[in-house]
Amino acid sequence: MQEALLEVKQLKKHFPIEGGVLKQQVGTVKAVDGVSFKLHKGETFGLVGESGCGKSTTGRMLMRLLEPSEGEVIFNGENILSLNKSKMRNLRKDIQMVFQDPFASLNPRHTVEKIIEEPLIVHGLGNKAERKKRVKELLDIVGLSPYHARRYPHQFSGGQRQRIGIARALAVNPKLIIADEPVSALDVSIQAQVLNLLEDLQKELGLTYLFIAHDLGVVRHISDRVGVMYLGRVVEMADSEKLYLEPKHPYTQALLSAVPVPDPEYGKDRVILSGDVPSPAKPPSGCPFHTRCPKAMDVCSTVVPEFREIEQGHYTACHLYEEDQV
Amino acid sequence: MEQPVLKVSGLETHFFTDDGEIPAVDSVDFHVNKGEVLGIVGESGSGKSVTSLSIMQLISAPGKVVGGEISYKGENLLSKSEKEMRKIRGNEIGMIFQEPMTSLNPVFKIGNQLVEGIRIHKKWNKKDSWAHAIKFLKLVGLPRAEELMNEYPHQLSGGMRQRVMIAMAMACEPDVLIADEPTTALDVTIQAQILELMKKLNDDTDTSIIMITHDLGVVAEMCDRIVVMYSGKIVEQGTTKEIFESPKHPYTIGLIESVPDVRTRKERLYSIPGNVPKPGSIKTGCHFAPRCKFAFDKCTEVTPELIDAGNGQMARCWLHEDKEKATLLERVES
Ligand SMILES: Nc1ncnc2c1ncn2[C@@H]1O[C@H](COP(=O)(O)OP(=O)(O)OP(=O)(O)O)[C@@H](O)[C@H]1O
Ligand SMILES: Nc1ncnc2c1ncn2[C@@H]1O[C@H](COP(=O)(O)OP(=O)(O)O)[C@@H](O)[C@H]1O
Ligand code: SF4
Ligand code: SF4
Ligand SMILES: [Mg+2]
Ligand SMILES: [Mg+2]
Repeated sequence: MQEALLEVKQLKKHFPIEGGVLKQQVGTVKAVDGVSFKLHKGETFGLVGESGCGKSTTGRMLMRLLEPSEGEVIFNGENILSLNKSKMRNLRKDIQMVFQDPFASLNPRHTVEKIIEEPLIVHGLGNKAERKKRVKELLDIVGLSPYHARRYPHQFSGGQRQRIGIARALAVNPKLIIADEPVSALDVSIQAQVLNLLEDLQKELGLTYLFIAHDLGVVRHISDRVGVMYLGRVVEMADSEKLYLEPKHPYTQALLSAVPVPDPEYGKDRVILSGDVPSPAKPPSGCPFHTRCPKAMDVCSTVVPEFREIEQGHYTACHLYEEDQV
Repeated sequence: MEQPVLKVSGLETHFFTDDGEIPAVDSVDFHVNKGEVLGIVGESGSGKSVTSLSIMQLISAPGKVVGGEISYKGENLLSKSEKEMRKIRGNEIGMIFQEPMTSLNPVFKIGNQLVEGIRIHKKWNKKDSWAHAIKFLKLVGLPRAEELMNEYPHQLSGGMRQRVMIAMAMACEPDVLIADEPTTALDVTIQAQILELMKKLNDDTDTSIIMITHDLGVVAEMCDRIVVMYSGKIVEQGTTKEIFESPKHPYTIGLIESVPDVRTRKERLYSIPGNVPKPGSIKTGCHFAPRCKFAFDKCTEVTPELIDAGNGQMARCWLHEDKEKATLLERVES
């Protein structure tokens, strides 16, 4: 059995909806509603799903950028939700984040050197000369040149800015990188460069990745295992190849069939879903997917399907795979 | 012989900025036939949106169309007055913008905006127009269509606004529909609904569609022919089938190879080195030369024209001047 670097158990985040003049709570957005998964050392776990399904909220809770409403996050054997401030600060060295928008996530008034150096200062690592040396090293690792250190973010292209974001994340030698849509804002040709860079860094530095994205092709390419989210829950999880070749959950099946394929000769039986993703403030009863599911049965609108292992390492939450159905 | 509905020749649209004159669209030629779906693909900044805004004559300062001709049903749109253009926009040539708020007015209810367009363009009464509007809101997969008619744009999510705009453009049933990244901001399951709907419109009414996108999957699925843009210029054009089967420009080859595919996992992605240049930053020679692994002396000295590359494809690449050199490309593809 592979060693788990991080384990998430029944993680939830419920945001209150306030309304009226008195700002009373009038409802709850169940942004993340009971998510569990493990990250094995050195692997890439991909989290996919449509916008608003709770991917970013999950990622942010793992770093405690957001406090979970419920659940556990166990990193290296310790429940990080019970850590005090100073222990939490140490932990932030081990878990770093790379964001979607390389434009918004870098301070425009700081030079690249200052940006990459900052986490080193925060964690009190090295003296000035050592830090400068480390910045040069990091620039080299991500494929930029030493002279870039003096420049400002606006002087770089999108792909180069994402490299700066990656260099900053790597500065403190993290074990785990949470990458939230790291290539979504990039052009295809640049996206390929950044994906290759992430793969190379993983091999060289033994990193573990949580890779959050909505692009199913990108996630297939980079991930060893994949979790598919819908309305705040993981509805299917398996090895990447398995999930893409034999998707079990009707939502995963529809999602995969909806992706346009860059091959005009490729004939395709498409499952077109009707309607929209329901609001996470008013999730449907029973199976959250039943309002759009082409295979929904009577039981689906009343009973929540359990997230179960249906084949070795292949998990799904769907009544179709429950014993009495088969 | 197929009849072009819209023909763009020698289009030049430049921006006059503090940094100098930027040739965002540089000598662009293409046409779209009746009932055809033409794709314009290219990476960010390649000039796709500026091309479509030029056709609609919606380029504003510091930009200006400085040359060329846009002929629609035999008439040059560039010589039309703003008043004449207003009749053509929406009615004859519809447009779906990349930014939904460019075509939605924040102070009017969705219903009023839709109905006004339909009444002007179809000359229908209010009641019929209202029903027609609701029909299209439902067609683009929007829930609560009747209620939405009485809501304001800001009450809707980005994805919903995008679909209202698509409904608005399609409800007027134009002869040509220019769709600029119509589904880029939408989730794939919604994208699949919209693309299906656009195909149906194209089949049922013979509407010509110009589909602008950076997504090669969308192009492969929707388009009959493709124009590939790079740094303000067309670098390759041909039928969708030929271009995907045997791309003739090194940039197109690299682009197709760079896309991760949901169907198979490539060991390593091909990646084009370097960055997309700003239009006008490369003055002489091929704009792709700094990133091209085939570049030879001539490439940096003389700017290539579109050259016949066989199979009805045209490629802006010197390799096609010489049959021997052109075979270099075939080896990469396989
Ligand atoms: N108002 C403007 N002022 C100056 N330059 C402009 C302006 N609008 C566009 N440009 C320039 O024109 C070029 C083409 O822009 P355009 O918007 O057509 O790109 P695009 O191909 O549509 O890209 P994207 O895929 O990002 O939508 C770019 O270099 C852009 O910077
Ligand atoms: N601070 C917040 N307050 C209220 N709702 C929020 C907040 N942050 C996120 N949400 C809601 O939680 C849901 C999940 O959001 P998010 O995790 O950002 O989705 P994803 O990253 O999958 O697109 C969405 O419905 C979103 O609107
Ligand atoms: S539980 Fe029912 S509604 Fe949910 S995915 Fe399975 S079949 Fe569809
Ligand atoms: S003209 Fe030269 S540099 Fe340009 S694409 Fe062809 S081979 Fe490459
Ligand atoms: Mg997100
Ligand atoms: Mg554009």
